[in-house]
Amino acid sequence: MANSSKSVEQAAPLPSSMSVIAPAVGWLVPGAGHLVQKRYGRGLLLMASIVSMYMIGIAMQGHVYTPNGGDLLDILSFLGDACAGGLYIISRALDWNPGLITKATADYGSKFIVVAGLLNFISAVDAYHIAIGKKQ
Amino acid sequence: MQISHFGVAVLYALFASIVLGICFKTTTREMVRYGIYSFAMFVGGLIAAGWAMWLLRH
Repeated sequence: MANSSKSVEQAAPLPSSMSVIAPAVGWLVPGAGHLVQKRYGRGLLLMASIVSMYMIGIAMQGHVYTPNGGDLLDILSFLGDACAGGLYIISRALDWNPGLITKATADYGSKFIVVAGLLNFISAVDAYHIAIGKKQ
Repeated sequence: MQISHFGVAVLYALFASIVLGICFKTTTREMVRYGIYSFAMFVGGLIAAGWAMWLLRH
C-alpha cells in the first residue's frame, strides 16, 4: 500500500516554472504568455486584439474603474478592468480616466475596457493550459 | 474617437471572436472556423436584436 502511494507520487509530474511564468506574463502583457512559449502567431493576434480593444475603449472616453467604487457593479467592473494587467496599471498610472464625458459612446468605451480585461484573463488561462501540456 | 453604434458592435465582435477562437480550440483550422462562427453569431445576434426592437417599437 505504501509502495503504491509512493509510486503515484513519483508518477505525478512536477509543475514546470513555465506554468507560473506564462500566465503571469500573459496577464501583465496581453499575448506575452503565448509568445514566451514560442506561439508567436497566436500571441501577436491576442496582443493586437486585446490591446486594440482596450485602447479603443480609452479613446471612446471609457471609464477606468477603481477598487473603491462602492457600487457592486463598479466593483465587478474593476475586477474586469484589473484583468487587463499591465494596460490597467499604465492607464491608472497615467490617469487616462476621462474627467468630463462628452461623447455618447463613452459607455461602450467602458464596456470595451472591461471586456478587454476579461479576454486577457481567458488568454492567460490558455497560456497556462499550453504550459502544463493540456493544449498544444 | 467617434464610432457609430454598429461600428462599435462589429469591432467588439471582431476582437472577441479572435480571442475566443484562439483560446477555445486546439488546431489552427478549428480556431479559424470557431472565430468565424463566433463573429457571425455576434453580428447575426446584433441584427436580430435590432429587428426585434424595431418590431417592438412598431
